[in-house]
Amino acid sequence: MLTNADFLALAGKQGDFTARIRLRPRYIDTDSCTACGLCTQYCPRHHVDPYNEGLALTRPIHIDYAQAVPATYYIDPESCLYLQHDTCQICVPVCQSHAINFNQQPEELDLKVGAVILTPGFGRISGKTLAKFGYEAHPDVVTSIEFERMTSASGPFQGEVKCFSDGRHPHRLAFIQCVGSRDLGCDNGYCSSVCCMYAIKEALVVKEHDPDVEITIYYMDIRTQGKDFDKARERAEAMGIKFVRAKVAGVTPWKNRLQLTYSTLDGRHEFEPVDMVVLSVGLESPRDAAGIADITGIELNRYDFAKSDTLSPLTTRRAGVIVAGAFQGPKDIPESVTQASAAAGIAAGLLKKQRGQGIVHKSYPREKDIGDEVRIGVFTCHCGINISSVVDVHAVDDSVEDMEGVVYHTDSLYSCSQDAIETLKQTIIEHNLNRVVIAACSPRTHEPLFQETLKDAGLNPCLVEMVNIRNQCSWVHAAEPEAATDKSKDLVRMAVAKVRGMQPLPEQTVPVMPKALIVGGGIAGMTAALTLAGQGFDSVILEQGATLGGHLGLLNHTLSGSETAKYLKHLVAQVKKDGKIEVLTSARLVQIAGFIGNFASVVATGTGEAAKEHTVDHGVIILATGGHEHRPDGYLLDKSNKVVTQLELEKRLAGKARNRAPGSVVMIQCAGSRGDDLNYCSKVCCNHAVKNALQIKEINPDAQVIVLYRDMRTYGFAEDAYREARLKGVVFIPYDLDHKPEVYEKGRSLHVKFFDSILREETDLTPDLVALSVGIVPDGTDGLSKLLKAPLTDDRFFLEAHVKLRPVELPVDGMYVCGLAHTPKPVDETIAQAQAAAAKAAIPLVKGSVSVDPIVSHVDQDTCIGCGLCASLCPFAAIEMVKVGKKRKAHTIAASCKACGICSSHCPTFAISMGGFTNEQITAQIEAFGEVSEKETTEVS
Amino acid sequence: MSDDFKPRILGFLCNWCCYAAADAAGISRYQYPPNLRTIRVMCTGRVDPAFILRGFVEGADGIFTGG
Repeated sequence: MLTNADFLALAGKQGDFTARIRLRPRYIDTDSCTACGLCTQYCPRHHVDPYNEGLALTRPIHIDYAQAVPATYYIDPESCLYLQHDTCQICVPVCQSHAINFNQQPEELDLKVGAVILTPGFGRISGKTLAKFGYEAHPDVVTSIEFERMTSASGPFQGEVKCFSDGRHPHRLAFIQCVGSRDLGCDNGYCSSVCCMYAIKEALVVKEHDPDVEITIYYMDIRTQGKDFDKARERAEAMGIKFVRAKVAGVTPWKNRLQLTYSTLDGRHEFEPVDMVVLSVGLESPRDAAGIADITGIELNRYDFAKSDTLSPLTTRRAGVIVAGAFQGPKDIPESVTQASAAAGIAAGLLKKQRGQGIVHKSYPREKDIGDEVRIGVFTCHCGINISSVVDVHAVDDSVEDMEGVVYHTDSLYSCSQDAIETLKQTIIEHNLNRVVIAACSPRTHEPLFQETLKDAGLNPCLVEMVNIRNQCSWVHAAEPEAATDKSKDLVRMAVAKVRGMQPLPEQTVPVMPKALIVGGGIAGMTAALTLAGQGFDSVILEQGATLGGHLGLLNHTLSGSETAKYLKHLVAQVKKDGKIEVLTSARLVQIAGFIGNFASVVATGTGEAAKEHTVDHGVIILATGGHEHRPDGYLLDKSNKVVTQLELEKRLAGKARNRAPGSVVMIQCAGSRGDDLNYCSKVCCNHAVKNALQIKEINPDAQVIVLYRDMRTYGFAEDAYREARLKGVVFIPYDLDHKPEVYEKGRSLHVKFFDSILREETDLTPDLVALSVGIVPDGTDGLSKLLKAPLTDDRFFLEAHVKLRPVELPVDGMYVCGLAHTPKPVDETIAQAQAAAAKAAIPLVKGSVSVDPIVSHVDQDTCIGCGLCASLCPFAAIEMVKVGKKRKAHTIAASCKACGICSSHCPTFAISMGGFTNEQITAQIEAFGEVSEKETTEVS
Repeated sequence: MSDDFKPRILGFLCNWCCYAAADAAGISRYQYPPNLRTIRVMCTGRVDPAFILRGFVEGADGIFTGG
């Protein structure tokens, strides 16, 4: 990982690039820095904190935030007294681990790489645009990014929102949407896609802190098109947050407050006094986009984002250069994470010949038998002065002297330093220790290091326990040294009690069958199969229909003009000729057994006499089951031949008939969606309507096209098409739920009655055609969910393992999801998600084995009564009920177990034990906790 | 309640969330009272009600589960 680095040049070609990188000096040696933070405390100079948007001060020597990676401090040369004025250097003697190095110089290096992934993120909206809304002119106008830091509990104000002008708590708060987005005035014609959702989030956070705050969000369209995003808006409305469709003209000071001037849809001008204004700033292209394009030779679009095609969304003009994240187009966290996985998968395909080269396998001494005698060593760390400036480390070290089983104890300045680790290893061997307690920092960061040391010393790595007397003691009780010392002693005593009962736990690995089963042969399934084949892995596509292709075949072209039919044909041909892909058509999954790495599925194909059952052994499964058009009631669909869906209209427009473009058409958005039959937004329908409207205007410029909508959700660059449609005369009229459009027949003519919210009157039209934008429903997820024990959302889509950070994985290991089975989405997002699912699925396939954490659950079959409670409670499908002789017994599938212990705490006969966290061990800890209370009680009496 | 009441609190912290948050609180140097003694578990799902009762038996004035 190279941080503080600049990308200077790229030479060569795919598979053989040379990238020139400049490493800026951080003036701190990354290997030595323990991230103790002492340097920042001593540094005398102030530095405006860029991470907190300049709302707080830090020091030139600092770390951006607590979780920064690498966890190494750095010096900003702009304000460092030594680097600017050749003075100070206080940090040098302060640093106990001698990590400060002012001799560091900028360094250039050439990296030989086979592929390049560009993820520079997004830039800032210019000050000129913000100034239109009073930013800079009035302190109580802030950007949403500043506001995010203000509301953050770990931010500069610990989450307290105050007006900068006089420190009062704002009572009335306004969010202004689309600042720097959907605005040709600043040449940002696109929609930034994320601002509606983050404004709702920030508003909810404030409202939860102070329910009396009045919050209004001024918007053009609320674009909460993502999975379950509309539910957040509904929650916001239920909490009293107001949404006003209006264009804000300006923000001016008024008495000691601010006044908002805005115009509503019906042309009225309104004024509103507020205490604070939050500008929902859009995502600008990255500042150095042009430079990146110059270096890499990729093409940019008109807004300076990386240009790519709808059907290959992550590849650029230059082969081997891949793009992901906001640079590819404004997007939120789940989309960015998905694209990142997909990009990694594409790159892994390009580099597959080099896979595994350069890996060095480390060898360890044979694990020794620990015998019956408990021999505990306790090592207490000073962590420089991080622990010992508060906690009396010597007192803690002395306190273990007479504890049962403790045969050795000592303290050290830095337990984690290279020499201390070597000493620890020698001490274990010399004193024949078979349990180790390290009282230092967090096991979350340092346990792997000490486990490794135990292995080097010939001990099982599970025989170490860490006590966190730094993060959870000295750092948080700085003013109470005695109490902190007492706490450290207690925690150490509890850990000693725990390790007494520790036993070596075997490290297991389970082999992986290097093959994927892909359910669904549409664009998602085929893309996933080809991505896996590109990495060298076999897959079986199971397609319910008679042919491959899915629903993409129903489209003619995409909004950006890519021809879908041609692409689909090409894709099907590629899949068919690829020797690594087997296709089973007219097939369905009837049974699945096993776990990650070792699934055995039964697939049924054909009907009647041709019916056959196949068993497929596979290591992973990708669900790409797709969805279909919803056909709502109430709009005369399937009753009048003048009412069609957008898909049917698209087909008609693609035909050759002379009158294929109707003279007049009314399109109704959200027909059956967003609270009607379907409770969600299907994401693609607004783009679909705009695409068809443009096509009609192309064929017949005189046609009258009226689109009745709730919020036009042409997010991202599709906003250009929406604008184009308006320029070409397509009329867009919003409706609300109290005035839903009505479609009815009178005699032979078809009527649409609606309330024109611009003219403020009831309108009745008799168009030639009504096109309904209907939603998408998932195919067969109910049955599959039961078969796979994989959960669904309320709307019957598969629920991912983590909505933001693991968007293509299911909670059950070895199962992945992509396409419409996950949520409705357009073609480009489906392709990227399929590539991502394949990339994630390839991880266990590449490794060839799954390592099992030794702390998994274990069922004692003698005690188990076979009640099955554990199997029904396990969230990871990691417990199966098996027959042992004539009895039913629970059995842990170690490869799937996440060691949560829910099974263990619910077992009525205490038959389930957790490695490293047994009932006996935890009880011993609790008893050790109690020992001091007894002592104190005795002292008092 | 008198000011000199110093409750002894036993905490069960989930490794993935509450324990991690307690680590982060340390990094940010947030100060809080030193009355808590913690036991790290891999998930609060591991906390058997018997542990809580046992904690009270052993003299805890309060039990905290964070997950």
